[in-house]
Amino acid sequence: MAEAMLRFRDDEAQDEPAVTLDAFLGQSNATAVRLEAGEDARALVPHLDRLRLVEVSFPTFRDGRGYSSARILREAGYTGELRAAGDVLVDQLPLMRRCGFDGFAPQVPLDDAAVARALDRYAYRYQAAADDSVPVWKRRHG
Amino acid sequence: MYRYDEYDQSIVDARVDEFRDQVERRLSGQLTEDQFKPLRLMNGLYLQLHAYMLRVAVPYGTLDSRQMRMLAHIARTYDRGYGHFTTRQNIQFNWIKLADAPDILAELATVEMHAIQTSGNCIRNISADQYAGASADEVADPRPWAELIRQWSTFHPEFSYLPRKFKIAVIAAEEDRAAMRLHDIGIRLVAQDGGIGAQIYVGGGMGRTPMISHLIRDFVAADDLMSYLEACLRVYNRYGRRDNIYKARIKILLHEIGADEYRRQVEEEFVAVKQLGLDPPRAELERIAAMFAAPAFETGLSAHVERDDPDFAVWIDQNVRPHKAPGYAIVNVSLKPVGGIPGDASADQIDRLADLAQRYSFDELRVTHAQNIVLPHVRQRDLQDLWRALVEAGLAEPNLDLITDIIACPGLDYCSLANARSIPLAQKIATRFADRDRQRELGELKLKISGCINACGHHHAGHIGILGVDRKGTENYQLSLGGSGAEDVSLAKITGPGFDEDGVVDAIERVTDRYLAERKAGERFLDTYRRVGFAPFKEAIYG
Repeated sequence: MAEAMLRFRDDEAQDEPAVTLDAFLGQSNATAVRLEAGEDARALVPHLDRLRLVEVSFPTFRDGRGYSSARILREAGYTGELRAAGDVLVDQLPLMRRCGFDGFAPQVPLDDAAVARALDRYAYRYQAAADDSVPVWKRRHG
Repeated sequence: MYRYDEYDQSIVDARVDEFRDQVERRLSGQLTEDQFKPLRLMNGLYLQLHAYMLRVAVPYGTLDSRQMRMLAHIARTYDRGYGHFTTRQNIQFNWIKLADAPDILAELATVEMHAIQTSGNCIRNISADQYAGASADEVADPRPWAELIRQWSTFHPEFSYLPRKFKIAVIAAEEDRAAMRLHDIGIRLVAQDGGIGAQIYVGGGMGRTPMISHLIRDFVAADDLMSYLEACLRVYNRYGRRDNIYKARIKILLHEIGADEYRRQVEEEFVAVKQLGLDPPRAELERIAAMFAAPAFETGLSAHVERDDPDFAVWIDQNVRPHKAPGYAIVNVSLKPVGGIPGDASADQIDRLADLAQRYSFDELRVTHAQNIVLPHVRQRDLQDLWRALVEAGLAEPNLDLITDIIACPGLDYCSLANARSIPLAQKIATRFADRDRQRELGELKLKISGCINACGHHHAGHIGILGVDRKGTENYQLSLGGSGAEDVSLAKITGPGFDEDGVVDAIERVTDRYLAERKAGERFLDTYRRVGFAPFKEAIYG
């Protein structure tokens, strides 16, 4: 698992195991939580300052609920690691990065060259999201 | 017409590169078919019964001659010499080789075209009123708004893995020529307090559970539209059902939680999202709108049209519609010749239409959701010359909105989902009603055929709808009556037990005979049906 991890952060990776949302909400000292696909990311919003890791589960790459969870957390000001875990494939990586994910724990390790190609492919983005890409409309109009 | 700038072109070019990479990984076995499927689908590539089908996006149904000629070139080079215009104003090619698909996309990119999001569980190509910019009844041209939405929805990072596909239509008139109320989101532009804004309808759709959309917001200003749509989609992405593919469309979410609760959630989300600065400045809508400025219409043109030739006169009355500019007309080119395949055009016909658009219609064409083509801006004095050219190309069938102007899905002849053939049935019905006077006597009668319950042929919205089902291994056709995809939207009702292919044609004839017997002066079929109700027709069909 450790080898397969992909991180886009400079800080140390959190090694405390992530607890379930229920367990997290029921105890005050956990700093890592795992959100299942159907769970409400907004339940974490009152606790963001003590969180260092939110792991968002992708049971299948087709289940896109985690993209919304990620954006909701970033929009609420969360700055800790946001990790996509599970069925994470190289073609979803650029979208996930844009939604605010900065850690990846794919079930099947990703090819480094393919990851680099996927992340570098698009020079421009049409819409604003949770990353720092400048949307095309802003480039057009300043 | 919208023109790409360096940003648009760069994004489409990058997409070609990405797809080439994905196809290579599939062909070399790095990607399983299961992993490749959603990737190719998001680029409009379906695996059908005999070959791959590539669906090319025609944003809001608008094309110029250069793009049209490219479609002819693709039909000729990579397909079997024809293309099929679809109910979402796109075109699909039915005989594509996987290895050719990246080259086709590269060719399309040279004329500012692509296949992005023409399938898959994402926001699909945006459709719009085919008379945009030509009809007097619009409050604004809907296409700049549709283009704004196209850009916002292209590779949207949050909404590319939705529970199910998501279709958006934009209109700007009372008359609904785009089946707006049967879309996941339907937008009608309206004028209010001197400004133009969007009325937002959510939760319409056909498929196996047809539903008419609900009005969710009466007016969204241009400056808030992207945030509002973002809120609409986020609620759906989070709470739309993912446990059952047949219950995953947004219409089911609205049905289950109710339109009021959905609206409450959207409004709450909107308040949060609006703070994020997602909305482009008004200058962006203005930049786009400038590219859709009306062409330089001549003034002082005569509106006189010589009607000596009776065939020409019939065509004018049936296929030509009034234009907002004096001396001009909107010309509908029917792709429904009797005995033909609804929506199909040969490469030569596509080229010919490109020539005619260049010569007679300010270089513009539109695709309609009824699978026809529109030349939107034709001088009335050119109508006869244009008509002659169309006759020569086999494109002058005078049957717009008549019983032979049939919408049909590809059906079991192509589609791996189909239960029954649609095309041969459409041909049989058209042949039965081929007599021109008879069709015109029946008047507006929208007949729509789907070869399976997914309803791609819009049978729920047909004045007469036909659904092909598989009954113990034989094709069986259910008849339904009273649907409409227009501003008087309604869902058709099934008449009773189904028929075989010949049986359903006979049943349709009994329905139209009863209509002629029951109708009052000026009533369309749908009007008579709504006045007298279902019973007389049921009696006529089943005795």
